[in-house]
Amino acid sequence: MVELRLPRNSEIGKGKTYPAPAGAKNVRTFRVYRWTPDDDRNPVVDSYEVDLDTIGPMVLDAIIHIKNDMDPTLTFRRSCREGICGSCAMNIDGENTLACLKPIKDIKGDVRIYPLPHMPIVKDLVSNLDGAYAQLRAINPWLQSDSAPPPDAERKQSIEERAKLDGMWECILCFCCTTSCPSYWWNGDKYLGPAVLLAAYRWIADSRDEHTGDRLDGLEDTFKLYACRTIMNCTQTCPKGLNPAKAIGRIKELQIERKV
Amino acid sequence: MTDSAPHIEVMRSQLSRARGLGAGGSGTGHWWAERVTAASLLPLSTWFIIQMFRLGGADHAEVVKWGGKPVNATMLTALIITTFYHAQLGLQVIVDDYVHGKAHLPTRILVKLVTSLLGLLGVFAVIKLVAAGSRRS
Repeated sequence: MVELRLPRNSEIGKGKTYPAPAGAKNVRTFRVYRWTPDDDRNPVVDSYEVDLDTIGPMVLDAIIHIKNDMDPTLTFRRSCREGICGSCAMNIDGENTLACLKPIKDIKGDVRIYPLPHMPIVKDLVSNLDGAYAQLRAINPWLQSDSAPPPDAERKQSIEERAKLDGMWECILCFCCTTSCPSYWWNGDKYLGPAVLLAAYRWIADSRDEHTGDRLDGLEDTFKLYACRTIMNCTQTCPKGLNPAKAIGRIKELQIERKV
Repeated sequence: MTDSAPHIEVMRSQLSRARGLGAGGSGTGHWWAERVTAASLLPLSTWFIIQMFRLGGADHAEVVKWGGKPVNATMLTALIITTFYHAQLGLQVIVDDYVHGKAHLPTRILVKLVTSLLGLLGVFAVIKLVAAGSRRS
């Protein structure tokens, strides 16, 4: 049934405070979610007072500074630091986004940092996305074509056909959208979520793909596709400015087109 | 074999869990019906509200006469059926969202039963109104 409050072992306690170095002038407090599987303690929120004059402009710069210079036990994922790998997806200031693309100056007051919501936690800011990755695998996110490709060239698309993939190929699979979706929180075991549905539509819309009907068959389900309640959190939160809700709407239109 | 000691209960692969039981093969019908009934309820409800204002202060005989007209009885029946069908579709969505596990199926059946009975009750009331009108004339 409905969960009105957190399970007891998920209730967040008060953590430690790491003060800024003496003489720091431009100090901001970063309040970061901490949990480790190594002991039986509940999660806590640690406070790190960071001197902004000594670091770069993005939230990721602050987190890296915290790990390097204040508390080496802080665990998080990051790689490219330029918004193309999707590793540093986390909940910053109440919104899922990429830490590397989020300027600290855009946030008022303390900077609150949590892992992506409603996923199992591996440690600290690292959430377990295995389920979401498997859902992506389940929609066969690759070209499925029975016609042989031209022997001496790639499969061709017209300019118009190629344009249909714009707004979808840019997805970096950070799963900010999926983990921001209440419907995915409620039925994440059955609902595929916006990121995977955007990927599904990317192949449905691809003129070179010949399994469009099979793909639509695979989504013809009360939950897999239709658990989308058009809440639109996905589109609002996407750090790449994409529109998964529109892609889901297009899939529904195609289901209607072939059925009604 | 049962074992009460703490242990991992699910070792099924993530891909197997993601694929689950496969696509159920329905969903579009429900989604489309929800939209169509919602759109139909706009004119039907507007008609009903206007009629209720026109009938404001009318006595029983006048209402019976109004309900006895085929157009009014038809519109009223359409409104009642559409309303409760739409309610059934909408409540099912809420049940799908919030009721999980073993309670899910019984709750869905309960929703279908209650909304269907309420709809039938409404339709029966219209029939009774029409019958009262025809008796009079």
